[in-house]
Amino acid sequence: MDAVFTGLATGFGVALDPFNLFLVLAGCFAGTLIGALPGLGPINGVAILLPIAYGLGFGPESALILLAGIYYGAEYGGRISSILLNVPGDAGAVMTTLDGNPMARKGEAGRALSLSAVASFVGGTFAVILMSLFAPLLASFAVTFSPANYVALMVFAFASLASLVGKSTVKTLLGAVIGLMLATIGIDANTGVPRFTFGIPDILAGIDFLIVVVGLFGMAELLTLVEHQVSGKLKSLPVDKSFVRMADLAKCKWTIVRSSILGFFIGILPGTGASVASAVAYGTEKRISDSEKTFGTGDVRGLAAPEAANNAAAGGAMVPMLTLGIPGSGTTAILLGALLMFNIQPGPMMFTQRPDVAWGLIASMYIGNVALLVINLPLVGLFARMLTIPQHYLTPLIAILAFIGIYTIVGNPFDLLLITGLGVFGWILRKLDFSLAPVILGFVLGSLFENNLRRALSISGGDWGILLQDYKSIVLYALALIVVVAPIWLSRRARAMEGDADPRG
Amino acid sequence: MSFARLGATTLVAATAFAMPAFAQSEIDSPECVAPANPGGGFDLTCRVVQTGLEPHVSEPIQVTFMPGGIGAVAYNLFNTTRTDDGSAIVAFSTGSLLNIVTGKYGAFDETDVRWVGTAGADFGAIVVRADSEYEDLSQLMDDFSSDPSSVVVGAGGSVGSQDWMKGALLLREADASPMDMRYVAFDGGGDAIAALLGGSIEVYMGDVGEMVPHLESGQMRILGVMSPERLEAPFAEIPTAMEQGYDVEWTILRGFYMGGEVSDADYQAWVDAFEAAYATEEFAAVQAERGLLPLNMAGDELQASIEERVQNLREIATEVGLLSN
Repeated sequence: MDAVFTGLATGFGVALDPFNLFLVLAGCFAGTLIGALPGLGPINGVAILLPIAYGLGFGPESALILLAGIYYGAEYGGRISSILLNVPGDAGAVMTTLDGNPMARKGEAGRALSLSAVASFVGGTFAVILMSLFAPLLASFAVTFSPANYVALMVFAFASLASLVGKSTVKTLLGAVIGLMLATIGIDANTGVPRFTFGIPDILAGIDFLIVVVGLFGMAELLTLVEHQVSGKLKSLPVDKSFVRMADLAKCKWTIVRSSILGFFIGILPGTGASVASAVAYGTEKRISDSEKTFGTGDVRGLAAPEAANNAAAGGAMVPMLTLGIPGSGTTAILLGALLMFNIQPGPMMFTQRPDVAWGLIASMYIGNVALLVINLPLVGLFARMLTIPQHYLTPLIAILAFIGIYTIVGNPFDLLLITGLGVFGWILRKLDFSLAPVILGFVLGSLFENNLRRALSISGGDWGILLQDYKSIVLYALALIVVVAPIWLSRRARAMEGDADPRG
Repeated sequence: MSFARLGATTLVAATAFAMPAFAQSEIDSPECVAPANPGGGFDLTCRVVQTGLEPHVSEPIQVTFMPGGIGAVAYNLFNTTRTDDGSAIVAFSTGSLLNIVTGKYGAFDETDVRWVGTAGADFGAIVVRADSEYEDLSQLMDDFSSDPSSVVVGAGGSVGSQDWMKGALLLREADASPMDMRYVAFDGGGDAIAALLGGSIEVYMGDVGEMVPHLESGQMRILGVMSPERLEAPFAEIPTAMEQGYDVEWTILRGFYMGGEVSDADYQAWVDAFEAAYATEEFAAVQAERGLLPLNMAGDELQASIEERVQNLREIATEVGLLSN
């Protein structure tokens, strides 16, 4: 424990250096803007700015602090367009639309933005504290998570998401199946055979998650807006000056705590990141606390859960990267590359060889979280004003930004066709009363589920027994069962008690 | 400061930089296309020329990304629309050559583009956990001979990828059928290393370059390096597979190609820049910084080497059962 405190002292010494402090702030601010643009997420922000940070000749600790600032800034920024426009800025922000956007439509955009900033702050800070105390321990646990355990985790995720069932169970299931089908496109990793590619080389590696998000969600939303405008159903919103209240925070304090824990642990696992974390947190929270069936209509807890979780996951993903040199997400893979560019070997040795870099980065995460809260709260009013921009300016602007965002990352015109096509498809699904969240979740969880199931079976040589072989899997299956059965049992019991209390006659 | 003044200052600074003692290749807005997402091996390949070739070309090299089909999208684009683009080079690796051989790049083959220069090389590595029962390669090879499916092998690529090929070559050398390998495909080397440390897989077929961060931590042991000769520090202690009596070699060549109809003058400008860079210490330093080992070839020399390599890959792919004829 002493080592942690001396380490943190060194770290704050580095991070509070005026120049580094400025870099944290600049990184957080730039990250927020990058995250807010539909199509550009943390991974692109960091990748685009890495060569710039390197080229400016900063020291390794400064460059890393700047990049990390951009990373969590972008995790923060992703929620802005989710809430205001119903267009997720990146993959981790999909679940934020479910309750965030209805709040904005009710004229509570300011409240939603400020609440989510607080939830993100708590989630992010929680992750950094756990990380500085227990990083090595957590990382060695995370690597023991085998493919069979991932299968159990995905079963748990699917179980907690069964609560997303909207008006029609059949349509929710169909939506998830469509997502699963989209996930099977591309070269199959286990056999090397291209599936459903129809000879189009652009989708040989599968469809990128971001393309599905921007297409199905973003483009479909824009089409709906245009449709409403043409039919004259669109009403402009008044400037709203709402802000988060103490009562909101009191109502979601346990939601935030639970989601932070969940998000952090899912973030540590290599291969699962903010998108899985926010989805599982939302589903679990809906199961646990949605007794009035208000989730999805603008419930503050439905907004706080995914926001706390995705920021906690972003912090969690740093754990295996720093302590073992194994990236837990795409973005940390790029940060790892940045370390190598500066001739710093991440892993257990980094904390002894380059404590200034390792602890400086951790300290900058504390500062970054505070900075993001400070930057974001005063800007809430400004962001909320975006909604007062007349739709006939806003809609094309968002479309252009989304197209530029997608084209910047990939530079492949085919993807622009793909997001347009997916947008039309998403719009049709919405016309048919499908909810789009199950499609996206089927897409994310489906490929993780399939790949890990097949890995597990390759390891066992085809023996399905491997799925139940260790305690971690069994605990997760038990949790999955509880998540499905408990609400049914609880509502039965509540009904039975009502029945008992009901006086005869 | 006005923008005009800023521009002027930058220009002065740029001119001051651009006064080398040697001739520069004149290339209009040179571009290096990394046919993948940022952060991967192709990104790294492009960064090597971006820094390493900088003193030898008249303008800074831009790195752009063109992901899709593990390089297939770029290969098709440079064979259909940008066939005569003299400004752009595209990164490739031995994995791309394997994809050409196995037909994943569609109708085009290795004779359809012009191979320009290399960024360097990496080599296959056979990696186990530090506490593994395998102390040297011969124990592993014995197990492969007696019962290939008793060993769980994992790597970051799919069946038929170059990561899989490294394992397939070992099995072939052990007189076992590569198709009997118990192979687990992960999404990238990071996840596979995590699975090795966590005990899900027993052997990881990796690359030497990516092992640098893990050498000192003592968590993993490299049983053998799949290079033709023993490597220099920090790998000087590690025996090659050849030294241990197994005829397996896997060189990951990293380099660049251009469209097939690029003019000889444009092609030569790039080749000159590569050859000028190869002669400097700075280029070697850039290679080392990015975890690559020197394997410098440009122009005709590379062209010939590629033809030989593709021919060789075609034979291996047929032998291990990736190609039917």
